[in-house]
Amino acid sequence: MRLFVAVLASIALLTMDHISVRLNPVRTTLSHALDPIKYMVSLPVESTRNFAASVKSYNTLKEENRKLAEASAANKLRLLKYEALEKENIRLHALLENSFKLGEQVLVAELLSVNIASPYEKIVAINKGTRFGVHQQQMVVDAKGVVGQIYRALPHSSEVMLITDPNHAIPVQVNRNGLLTIAVGSSQPNKLTFPYLQENADIHPGDLLITSGLGGTFPQGYPVARVDNFTPPANKQITATPTAELDRSRELMIVWSNKAPISLTAEKPAAQPTEPEHNQP
Amino acid sequence: MINYYSFGRILITLIIAMGMKIAPIPPALAPYNPDWVLLVLIYWSLAAPERVGIFHAWSFGILTDVLTGRLFGQYALAYSLVIYLCLNLHKRLRQFPILQQALFIFFCLLLSQLLLFFIKNIKQTAQMDPSIWLSVIVGTVFWPLVYTVLRFARLAKPIETD
Repeated sequence: MRLFVAVLASIALLTMDHISVRLNPVRTTLSHALDPIKYMVSLPVESTRNFAASVKSYNTLKEENRKLAEASAANKLRLLKYEALEKENIRLHALLENSFKLGEQVLVAELLSVNIASPYEKIVAINKGTRFGVHQQQMVVDAKGVVGQIYRALPHSSEVMLITDPNHAIPVQVNRNGLLTIAVGSSQPNKLTFPYLQENADIHPGDLLITSGLGGTFPQGYPVARVDNFTPPANKQITATPTAELDRSRELMIVWSNKAPISLTAEKPAAQPTEPEHNQP
Repeated sequence: MINYYSFGRILITLIIAMGMKIAPIPPALAPYNPDWVLLVLIYWSLAAPERVGIFHAWSFGILTDVLTGRLFGQYALAYSLVIYLCLNLHKRLRQFPILQQALFIFFCLLLSQLLLFFIKNIKQTAQMDPSIWLSVIVGTVFWPLVYTVLRFARLAKPIETD
């Protein structure tokens, strides 16, 4: 009899959780009690890492500091140019009377050292949650490319589905020629596949794939993956390796994309001044 | 009289088991990590069936669902079915030698893994992965150890609080 009740309750919950989001508050409440377990499990690994960092020798630190200063100088130089290019891009878009989307904010989060999902699902936990304003479907990147998206945001932690998860798909575009397709995760580790690619698609080994911005989840223009070597007629078996270091990076960035396009009138007041007046008479 | 079956102990062992379930072991070893929560629940349902019932199995199933980010009720369903079996057979199982018990544990773990697999198929495509056998077999091998450790935890003298 009790078994009957338990089974019925489980099935009811399964169905409800499958078809609606009404159970999310319950999950949030319970996660207040359960997130400490995640942090406790993660603690030994974190503290060993911190300890290793704190006993680094003075010379290593000096060397590292010098390298970082060099890298920072090089990056600053590149940014100087980038700013000019960005302005130019906005001006050109204004000429085409296009809207130009930009303005993304990031929040740095750290990976928690726990295995929450089964090994063939690629879902990881990070240490920032809804208390920092994280919400579902936000893009997560690292310094080298797209990592995944927020799968579930809990108060103190969130779950991130990596782009290599078999159930994850990301709209991409070949950077060289703008060819649009969808990259789907695979069961092979660290590989993306392209089930919707045409036989004669113009794609070469080494092509960089960037997010296309279609679908609305991922902002446009972030590097995703690089196409692996393949023999030309076999377009069905094309795979790509993510540019992000999915298995190594511990610092991830959660991206807030600004959905509202920046108005072009501020950039070029003379471009379309008489638009509203046409409609009035 | 010493209360061997105080719920505090059961709770602590289950929380440790939940921690072990999400332990950060390297990806190559991850398929071998058995379902510690279920092993501990089975032990308590055999040793203290009057304290750990289907309701407890179900609640800890729900908590495991939240912890591992699954659909609500997935682990709850699997755990309550397995614990129902254990409760019904606990008198007989207690008489069994530990190897024979381990065989029963093997079927329990396999049953729960298969249930989880079928439920997972509702939400997403999942291939029948040979790795579910790994965790089941490792869980069976670890049963004597779990049994010994939990027996020690159960029979250890509680701290006098008066």
